[in-house]
Amino acid sequence: MDFLNAIVALSNYVIVPGIAYGSQLALGALGVTLIYGILRFSNFAHGDTMAFGAMVTILVTWWMQSVGISLGPLPTALLALPFGILATMALLLATDRLVYRFYREQKAKPVILVIVSMGVMFIMNGLVRFIIGPNDQKFLDGERFIISAREFKALTGLKEGLAIKTTQGLTVVTAVVVVILLFWFLNRTRTGKSMRAYSDNEDLALLSGINPERVVMYTWLIVAALATIAGTLYGLDKTFKPFTYFQLLLPIFASAIVGGLGNPLGAIAGGFVIAFSEVTITYAWKKVARYLLPENLEPDSLVQLLSTDYKFAVSFVILLIVLLFKPTGLFKGKSV
Amino acid sequence: MKKLLMATAATALMAGAAFADGHSKEVKIGVLLGFTGPIESLAGAMAAGAELAMSEVTASGAFMDGATVTPLRADTGCIDNGLSTANAERLIADGIAGLVGGDCSGVTGAILQNVAIPNGMVMISPSATSPGLSTMEDNGLFFRTSPSDAREGQVMAEVLMDRGIKSIALTYTNNDYGKGLADAIVTSFEAAGGEVTINAAHEDGKADYSAEVGALASAGGDILVVAGYLDQGGLGIIQASLDSGAFDTFGLPGGMIGDSLPKNVGSDLNGSFGQIAGSGGKGTDAIAALSKEAGFDGTSPYAPESYDAAALLMFAMQAANSTAPADYAGKVLDVANAPGEKIYPGELAKGLEILAGGGEIDYVGASAVELIGPGESAGNYREIEVKDGKNETVGFR
Repeated sequence: MDFLNAIVALSNYVIVPGIAYGSQLALGALGVTLIYGILRFSNFAHGDTMAFGAMVTILVTWWMQSVGISLGPLPTALLALPFGILATMALLLATDRLVYRFYREQKAKPVILVIVSMGVMFIMNGLVRFIIGPNDQKFLDGERFIISAREFKALTGLKEGLAIKTTQGLTVVTAVVVVILLFWFLNRTRTGKSMRAYSDNEDLALLSGINPERVVMYTWLIVAALATIAGTLYGLDKTFKPFTYFQLLLPIFASAIVGGLGNPLGAIAGGFVIAFSEVTITYAWKKVARYLLPENLEPDSLVQLLSTDYKFAVSFVILLIVLLFKPTGLFKGKSV
Repeated sequence: MKKLLMATAATALMAGAAFADGHSKEVKIGVLLGFTGPIESLAGAMAAGAELAMSEVTASGAFMDGATVTPLRADTGCIDNGLSTANAERLIADGIAGLVGGDCSGVTGAILQNVAIPNGMVMISPSATSPGLSTMEDNGLFFRTSPSDAREGQVMAEVLMDRGIKSIALTYTNNDYGKGLADAIVTSFEAAGGEVTINAAHEDGKADYSAEVGALASAGGDILVVAGYLDQGGLGIIQASLDSGAFDTFGLPGGMIGDSLPKNVGSDLNGSFGQIAGSGGKGTDAIAALSKEAGFDGTSPYAPESYDAAALLMFAMQAANSTAPADYAGKVLDVANAPGEKIYPGELAKGLEILAGGGEIDYVGASAVELIGPGESAGNYREIEVKDGKNETVGFR
């Protein structure tokens, strides 16, 4: 019984939140890694692109809620998601046309593009705050829980409860579907193959008649979809506040680099590595240890490696270790 | 020509004298509060409270032989030391005789150190609650009608003990207010025999508090006490605790009491309890009625204290028969405490007349003022319990 309690407590505070957070990071990191692989620069504006997509989705969700459209137990935001994706696609294509294309034609060095993307980040940052404001926004509706802690306790008779939020389940399912679609697209379709070819060797791709502008356009469209989905899922599961998306940039980049920049599979693995490191290192193991260890070994302290304040530091440290010892990441990506 | 000049000069003199006679004197009092910043939603009612006392005194005609009292508003930004000291300097330059303010603890200390002490200005804060201000060197110039958080810690410990709670997990917002209050709660609760399983900080403005809640849940405890802000991390912590089933009941100090919390959290908050500075009885009813007439909410947090801060300043001036801070600073404690006739809101004229006649008053006011120690409120608290999605007052301490 104690063993079961330990497992449930661990699932409730570490495994379930870790999987949901990992999926959100993975979706974000996929966007970053695609841009790095195909357009060859680190897009600092990605966090704020996520915020923009989530914002449009929220505005459409509010409109739907006001006219009474809903998905029953599922959040209305899912219905609004396509509108958010379309708006983000328009925004990204516009920034590409207005900003990035100029530098591409100049054959600008990647480091210049990174600084340019920083400028774009500040503009998007301001745009989002200008439209929806800097505060928390609520847009979640429908059922809150797949199973709540109270129901779980009543159902199993265990001392510990396990809560799975609808948004957590939704995040994981959506992430799986999106990743399958993305890999199918990259590996099976003509456009996907041309994107991979362009990423592997630009000159060779140009010689074999691949239109670079088309590849760039498709990349932005896919990135827009990924960013909006990631942003909306994060906003649903946690909360929508423009500043937190800016903060998300660090773990997202850490995930992409740990997995190997430019490698989609690596981005997913990296997302989960970062998420689980953050959660397990800052988790206080006292409760689990109390269930598992014999009474005379029970700890009095919290058995917490790092205070939760240092959550972001964990991503930093992992990033440093990977860059020092395996600069190409876990899955052979491009070295930074 | 000469005659004309003489006549003009004489007329001007006469007019000046007549003017001075008619209005006797104008006494300016600064109202230095955070009209912008984290407590901007409270500052409006606070300023209105202070100004209500001033207009009441002016209307009575009994103040300093019929002097008028004019409020001068200025902003502290609540957390902006530069702004608040600059504005305090400006008020001094404008010739104020006393200062109601500042509001948040940090800026209040800055105004006291940088402006009030060098200029010898008396200031009465309606809402600064940091225990640090009790021991700050103030040359007898600083008073507050709000209690120190050290007192709130005692009250919270009493509330917990009376409800039979033996162990708590405690989390606080990572700033002066949160840390001071958390330490006060720990000291009092442990002295009363309770156990604090964990005392951890949380940052405001994060998207996700599940990691913090994980640590709090692991430490365990009968309830979780959240010394934070109801629109900020405090709300996030409570939401995450309920979501993961870590805690069902919460202890809510003053920063967590407000209508928005039960509204945002929903029915799961029922049964949680806490306390906020405030008192019941005659004073509260009186200020509520007066403020309704004046068109603002006098029961809003710290609005009664603001009314009292302004009233105390004017009573002290009347008692000293002088508007010079050096003369009346020593009188503030006299008019606030026994012995003397009890004075409630709306009875300021009566108090002024007693003082003019050389009598003594014991100002009770809207918040049951009783100044102790270095000139701070003894602290009256309303005990709150969340019932059916509403904060209800269940008692006074």
